[in-house]
Amino acid sequence: MFDGRDPIYVQIADQLRRDIVAGRLQDGDQVMSTTQYAQTYRINPATAAKAFTELVDEGVLYKQRGIGMFVAEGARERLRAERRRAFYAERLDPLLDEARYLGLSTDDLVRYLTGPTGSDSTGDDHAINDPIEGQS
Amino acid sequence: MTTGFSVTVRDLNVRYGRTSAVQDATFDLEPGGIYGLLGRNGSGKTTVMSTIASLRPASGGEVRVDGEDPFENERVMAGVCLVREAGDISPDIKVRANLDYFAHTWPTWDADYADELVDVFELDRKKAPRHLSRGQRSALGAVVGLASGAPLTMFDEVHLGMDAPTRYAFYDALLADVIDHPRTVILSSHLISEVEKLFDGVVILDRGSVLLAEEADRLRGRGATFTGEREAVDALTADLTVLATRELGRVREATVYGEIDAATTAKAHAADIAIGAVGLQDLFVHLTRKEST
Repeated sequence: MFDGRDPIYVQIADQLRRDIVAGRLQDGDQVMSTTQYAQTYRINPATAAKAFTELVDEGVLYKQRGIGMFVAEGARERLRAERRRAFYAERLDPLLDEARYLGLSTDDLVRYLTGPTGSDSTGDDHAINDPIEGQS
Repeated sequence: MTTGFSVTVRDLNVRYGRTSAVQDATFDLEPGGIYGLLGRNGSGKTTVMSTIASLRPASGGEVRVDGEDPFENERVMAGVCLVREAGDISPDIKVRANLDYFAHTWPTWDADYADELVDVFELDRKKAPRHLSRGQRSALGAVVGLASGAPLTMFDEVHLGMDAPTRYAFYDALLADVIDHPRTVILSSHLISEVEKLFDGVVILDRGSVLLAEEADRLRGRGATFTGEREAVDALTADLTVLATRELGRVREATVYGEIDAATTAKAHAADIAIGAVGLQDLFVHLTRKEST
């Protein structure tokens, strides 16, 4: 856990954002306290606190004094919209580079995406039928 | 509420007779942080900690703990606890009597917590430490350090002889304790990969000198591996500090140290070179293997 090249607090914040986008944490859910987080993952408490502060500053989490931290209303939609904007440049372009490097044509890719083994049949239905598809 | 003592070390020199154990060591520790003091055997870790605890005089330079010279300073020394591998535990009196003795050493001592920890580490209160295993004696040292509540608590190789479950019980207790009672902790250890994520900052000693003193996250970001075709890796790392290389057939993996900027990352991507993370343990091994005299 948290063995990547980014600072640990960045990796923690990313993990929480992923949990929210995937719906493992929903709007209004209480998240672990920084103390619980530090103890669960055996990481420095100040590092954990830094990650949570960043998410509070971004409006992804909000703090209720004396009670704890919660996922902000609309956090999931906002994070998802951000992720979608970044998806093509950060995820798809490298894949397309790789495909080109391997000599796969656009037709090969289209065939895969629409074919019997493609994502239309095995992919995440939720993502495909998403009502806000195309908004960004 | 105390947040722990700060530690300032300036141009510290310590000699044993004609042998120099520490040369011109300089670093700062903020109050309330957990710090790793890392170094190979004989690098001066114990000497530095002993000097901070004023068990050993400095031959030159200065040490400040909570802003004051700790030497013969009662106020400061009542707030400093050094758990040494050799131990300040009396080997012949029972565990319980040892703990009673320590209760008088620190005004911040928490007897209930010490009692709780003795159970966590499954220590026999009626046994004299010399009848305990090495790991159990280390665990007793851990109990003393944790229960001392000292605003500056130092653990010198406290993990020695502990088995893995005991070490993890110690890390868990340490974290829980510093969260409840913020204080400054210095931990020296060889098992860096186990403890590196606990640290705010790291001081690496090499042959008595401070090789670097750095925020842990920043230090971690300084290391990277570049893996790809040999010539491409060489070209990309020509201007970087390469700590080590490994060959895997036609593939070369170079471990580098230094800031990796966006341009280098882009070039690596274009040349089909994978950039990987380097743990503190690996960085430590590579950095302290280099000649630095």
